[in-house]
Amino acid sequence: MAGIYVDHVAGTPLHPKVFEAMLPYFKECFGNPSSIHSAGDCARQAIEEARAKVAKLIGSEAEEVIFTSCGTESNNMALKGIAQAHQSRGKEIIISSIEHFSIMHAANALEKAGFHIIRLPVDRYGMVDPAAVEKAITPQTILVSIMHANPEVGTIEPIAEIGKITRSKNVLFHTDAVDSAGIIPIDVKEMNVDLLTLAASQFYGPQGAGALFIRKGIRIAPLLDGGIQERGLRAGTENVPAIVGMGVAADLAREEMEVRAAHLKKLQQRLIEGLPRKIPYLQFLGHPTQRLPGTVSVAVEYIEGEAMLLFMDMEGIQISSGSACISRSLKVSHVMLSMGVDAATAQGSLLFTFGMQNTEADVDRILEVLPPIVERLRNMSPVYRKAMAKKG
Amino acid sequence: MYNPTVLDHFKNPRNVGVIEDADGVGEVGNPVCGDMMTFYIKVKNGVIEDVKFQTFGCGAAIAVSSIVSEMAKGKTIEEASKITNKMVAEALEGLPKQKMHCSNLGADALQKAIQDYKMKKLGQAPKAEAKKCYCPVCDLENPMEAEFCTGCGEHLEGEHTH
Repeated sequence: MAGIYVDHVAGTPLHPKVFEAMLPYFKECFGNPSSIHSAGDCARQAIEEARAKVAKLIGSEAEEVIFTSCGTESNNMALKGIAQAHQSRGKEIIISSIEHFSIMHAANALEKAGFHIIRLPVDRYGMVDPAAVEKAITPQTILVSIMHANPEVGTIEPIAEIGKITRSKNVLFHTDAVDSAGIIPIDVKEMNVDLLTLAASQFYGPQGAGALFIRKGIRIAPLLDGGIQERGLRAGTENVPAIVGMGVAADLAREEMEVRAAHLKKLQQRLIEGLPRKIPYLQFLGHPTQRLPGTVSVAVEYIEGEAMLLFMDMEGIQISSGSACISRSLKVSHVMLSMGVDAATAQGSLLFTFGMQNTEADVDRILEVLPPIVERLRNMSPVYRKAMAKKG
Repeated sequence: MYNPTVLDHFKNPRNVGVIEDADGVGEVGNPVCGDMMTFYIKVKNGVIEDVKFQTFGCGAAIAVSSIVSEMAKGKTIEEASKITNKMVAEALEGLPKQKMHCSNLGADALQKAIQDYKMKKLGQAPKAEAKKCYCPVCDLENPMEAEFCTGCGEHLEGEHTH
C-alpha cells in the first residue's frame, strides 16, 4: 500500500524483525504447543519466551500473562471473567464513558445479565476524575475498568492514582492499555492494576495476538471452555507465530520506547502547530499534555469527516475520523459526546496517528493537501455559509 | 466502498452553489443528524431552469445532491416532483446499505424546494414544518425530538431536542 499512512491507532505495520522472527513458526516449528513430542516442545518453548518478553514490557511476572487473540478478547475476559468469578461478593462494575466498544458492549451484556454498571463521566479533555471513582465505589463494587489511553483523542488517564484508590478499597482494577502498551511506559506494580489488556498490532507486532495480565492470585473465569492451554484460562490452540511476533515486538518496543516517543512527539507537534496556521475554525481534542505521542485529534468545524477522509485518501494520505458517517453504526463517537463536544462539531473530526515510518515531510504534505480540501468542502457547506453570515 | 459513479459525483459535484434570488429553497437534515442539504431552484415557464445546492455531509450525501441537481435540471416542476429516493439511488448505480438514507435527503430537499416554489407562487407563506431526522438503521423519518427511532427503537444520538 503506497501513500502516507497516518492511522496507526487502527494498527501498525509489522516490524521487519518481527516478521523475520515469526517465519520459522509457520514452517519449521509448526507443532502444537500441547503436543509432548519435540515439534510441540519447540512451539511451547517459543510461547514461554514470548510470555517473558511481554511480561518485561509491563513489569509483571511471566506467569501473570496469558495470551489471547486480540485486545477485544482480553477486555471481554477481564470484565466477564471477573464478574463471573466474583459475583457472590457483589454485582457492581465501574467503567468510564469513553471506553472501547469491547469494554462498553461487554458491560452492556453484563448489565442485561443482572450486573449494575456505573459509567463515569469525563471532563472536556476526556479525563476521568479519580475522586469520582472513589465516590462511586460501594461495598458491592467488584471491578473498576478504566482505559489507560483513549485511542480517539489520545488522553492518558491517571491510572496509578485510580489504582491506589481501588487497592485501598479492596476492589479489583482493570485497565485497557491497548493504545498505550508498547508506546508509553507501563509498570503494573506502579500503576496498581490487577488486570491489564494489551495487543501486539498496536506496537508493530502482528494482528491476532493479544494478552491479558492477571495479577497472581486473582480468580477469573475463562471465556472459552476447552483444553487447558494458558493455565486453563484460555482454551484453544495457540496462534504460535503471532505470539512469537508479539514477544519480539514487545522487546523492540521496550528497547526503543524513548527514541520512538521522541520521533512521534516531533511529528505531533509539527502538525499541531501547522494546522491552525493554515485552517481557521479548528478545535483540538484531548488533553494538551497528558496525551499519547503521535496522536492529533482535531475537529474541523462546519464540514464532515468522511468527505475529508475520502479526499485525503485520493491524495494518498490515510487517516481516520470519529464522524458518524464513518462508523458502521452511523453514530457520532461516544468519546467526543462524553467530552461535551457537540454532535455537529464531532462530525468534522479528523484523527491522525503517526508511526515510526512517518517523516516530517509527511506532516508537511498533510499541511499542503488538507487546507484546499477543507476550503472546498466549506464552500459547499450550508452550515459554513450560515455560520459566516452570522459572524458577518 | 463507493462505486465509480458515486465517486465521480463526489469528486466533481455538479451545480454546487447558491442562487441568491431563487424561486424555491429547500433545506433538510441538520449537522447533528450527520447530513444537511440546501437546494435552490430557478423556475421559468414551469421548467426548472437552474438548480444549485450546498451540502454538509459524507461522500454519499454530496454525490446524492449532485445527481439530484442533474436529474432536476431542465425538467418541468411536474416531472421533477416525481423524483424519488429510489430513482436517486438507481441513478448512482447503488449506495452502500448504511448510506441509503442519504438518497432520501437528496430527494426530500428537492421536493421541499419545489413546495417552497409552489407556495411562493400561490402567494402563501411557507408553512412551518417539523424538522426531521432519519434513523441511521432503518431509514425511518423521525421527529427531531425523538430519542429513540419510532420504527426500530434504535437510540438516536445527539441533541434531538431543539
